[in-house]
This record gives sequence, C-alpha cells and structure tokens, in this order.
Amino acid sequence: MKYIDEFRDGEVARGLAEAIRREANPERRYHFMEFCGGHTHAISRYGVSDLLPDNVKMIHGPGCPVCVLPIGRVDQAIRLALENGVTLCTYGDCLRVPASDSLSLLKAKARGGDIRMVYSSADAVALAQKNPDKQVVFFAIGFETTTPPTAVAIKQAATLGLKNFSVLCCHVLTPSAISSILESPEVRQWGTVPLDGFIGPAHVSTIIGSRPYEFFAEEYRKPVVIAGFEPLDVMQAIRMLIRQVNEGRAEVENEFSRAVDRDGNKKAQQLVAEVFEMRKNFEWRGLNILPYSALRIRSQFAEFDAEKRFPLDYQPVPDHKACECGAILRGVKRPQDCKLFGTVCTPENPIGSCMVSSEGACAAHYTYGRYKDV
Amino acid sequence: MCLAIPARIVELRSDDLAVVDLAGVKKEISLALVDNVVVGDYVIVHVGYALNKLDPEEAAKTLALFAELGQLDAPSAVH
Ligand code: SF4
Repeated sequence: MKYIDEFRDGEVARGLAEAIRREANPERRYHFMEFCGGHTHAISRYGVSDLLPDNVKMIHGPGCPVCVLPIGRVDQAIRLALENGVTLCTYGDCLRVPASDSLSLLKAKARGGDIRMVYSSADAVALAQKNPDKQVVFFAIGFETTTPPTAVAIKQAATLGLKNFSVLCCHVLTPSAISSILESPEVRQWGTVPLDGFIGPAHVSTIIGSRPYEFFAEEYRKPVVIAGFEPLDVMQAIRMLIRQVNEGRAEVENEFSRAVDRDGNKKAQQLVAEVFEMRKNFEWRGLNILPYSALRIRSQFAEFDAEKRFPLDYQPVPDHKACECGAILRGVKRPQDCKLFGTVCTPENPIGSCMVSSEGACAAHYTYGRYKDV
Repeated sequence: MCLAIPARIVELRSDDLAVVDLAGVKKEISLALVDNVVVGDYVIVHVGYALNKLDPEEAAKTLALFAELGQLDAPSAVH
C-alpha cells in the first residue's frame, strides 16, 4: 500500500543498518527509549534490534494505552455493565484486559453484560440514538490520538440532545508519562535508567505536534526524534538520535514530517480543550498516580460524564506481586527478567498489562523475540 | 491500539464524512478533525477519523533520503 510498503523495504533497511553501524561510536553505549507501543511492535516484528550494533539498545516505554489502563478503571466499566445494566461500548483492544476477580470485559460479556466492541466513538453515539430506552456508555481510553474522536462524539451527543449517552473518560496525556519516566521516585529506587534519548510518538504527534517535546530536550537534555511507525522510520530515527548524541546535541527532530509539524492539528486540539479539562491525579497501570496526566469531561458536558451519571467510585487495585511491568515500563527491566514471563503470563492469559496488547513490551517479546535469548 | 494508516480519500459525503480506499477495501470515515480535504488526498486514519493529512512532498523527501542511503550502502551490506 502506498506510504506503507515503501517504508518497509528490506534493501533500504540494510543500507540504514550500515549507516547506523558506521555512525555509532564503538567506544560508547547508546540507550534509546521508544515511547509508543506502535514502535515497540515495529521493532519486534521487523527485527530492528537485530540490525543494530551491540552497543545500541532499545528500551520499550509505556506508550500503549491498553497497557497503562489500570485494573480499577476496567472494574468500573465491568460494574457499569453488570450492575447498572448499561450497554457498554469500547474499542476491541480493551476487551481482554485482566481486571479484578479474574474478570475482563470479555468474561463479563459471557456473564450476560451487554458489552459491545465498536470501531469508532461515532458507532457508540449511533447505538444510543437507535436504542433510546438503553443507557449507552462509551468506555473511552487512549492517548491524544483517540481523545479528539471522543470529543467529537460528546459534542455530537449534545447537539442531538441524547439523554442516554455518556462517556467513561480514561484519556491520558503522553508528555506527563515521559516526565514521570524521567523523574519518578521509582527510578531512584530501581536505579537510574540510562536513557540517551527518545523516539517520539508518531500519531500522537500528528495531533499535538512536536512542540511539547521541546521541554524535554531543553530541561532534561535528552534528544527526541519523532518517527513514523514503519521499520525504516524507526531506523532512521535511531540514526538521527545517534548523531545528536555524538554531536552533544539535545534537540527535537522530526523524521515523520510527512504527517507531523511543530504545531499539530489545531482543530483537534481546540475540540479537546472545549470538551475536556485536566485531572489533578490519575492512576496509570505500572506507573502509579501521575499528577495532571489525564483528562476529564468539563462541567458544561457533565450530563455526558458516566462518572457523574452513575455511582462509580474508583478503587485502585494493585498489580500481581511478581509482575515486573512497573520496572519494564520505565525501562529498568526487560520482559525476560520477569519470573512469570512466558510461563504463567502469556498473551492468552495475561497477568500484567505489558502482556495484554500486541504493542506491550512483554507481548511483543513473547510473539517475536522469545527464542532469540534461548 | 495506536496504529493508524494512511488512506486515500475517494469520495466526499455530507456531514463531514468521506470514503477512503484501503488496499481495495472502501470504508466510511469522519473528517470532523481536518479541514480542506479533497478527493485524492491521503489522510492518516485512526478509529474511524482522519487525524490529519499526509504531505506527499515530505514523504517523497524522506524516501529520497532513504534511497540515497540504499545506493551508497547496500552493496557493502549485501556482500
Ligand atoms: S511477563 Fe506478565 S507478569 Fe511479567 S512483567 Fe510482563 S506482563 Fe507483567
């Protein structure tokens, strides 16, 4: 397909690998974190790590929205369906996330909950329109890419005057997660992550632009290169990061200029600002409570806020004791360092968040990289 | 979850809707988040919405950069 296949060419990948090899200084080590699950997936699937010299290491970050969704939030969605009798709509990726009492949305559905997978927030609005006698709740998760579509859905419901549509808003913000990786107390506890730079998000940046990362480059002296999700994009970004490190620079560069500019999509940003405001605190799976890291629905749209419409207090639920997701999401440990990896915890039976979606570090390693270390 | 793909607009419809072609599969998407899209444009599609337009000139520039590398380095890498 156009704008996909050209960015997966094997010959060019070998050329890029050679260029990386030539530019990486054998005297030093390079550690780069790819923030997005999409990059993690590309790196595992296309074996990008194998093409890199030994002194260039990729660390998988927390950028998969399904992986950072805390158990307590999934519990809320399940309660809405099983106890409040609502029709709960959500993206397919959320269905298998393990929740409390060995439940997941999929298992709650088997117990009789009216839980539907939707492709788009617009489908949830349409479902509410068609079923005026049912309360329809859209379980909205994701980073800055899925937030504008949720804003559009809420505005649409307001225009239509829907009385039976609301949103359980669990949208989170990328820049706050990056800050927490750089300065969380756990990093001190687990030791410092030797991070020399970041591969910045692809599609998140189409919305927020490259400007929000300038802070990291300046404040923490970490280079950031925004990259597309195809393997050649990732390799080129790695090469650009190596170059910055070699030259002692810490700047924001953009490899994904075909879709990202400095300012992002202003129309989408404005819609988000109109409908949502910052939450003071929000719990992330594996990263604990992060201040100002998520959004909630503004009071003007309160009637579309499921947390206001239904009795939904939030109960935090700790991860399985042996699960190392917290350390993995911060780059301190690797999936194979977890005792449960590949034995108790597998993609069919995920224990921790990193195993849930194919973009999680553990699942990506399980699917594509597991036998390399044997 | 975050995966979004470039797709070509083949038809504009009312209410901010459009049809894209994804390797032969036609799909209706929303243009509520983007302005000034015309038939033939490529947009990045995610959860049924166009997140923004893809700039063909910038794509060509990135590919040209790769091609240059391929020519310079591929022989030594292959042999
Ligand atoms: S293997 Fe499973 S339990 Fe271990 S860190 Fe990964 S997700 Fe958590």
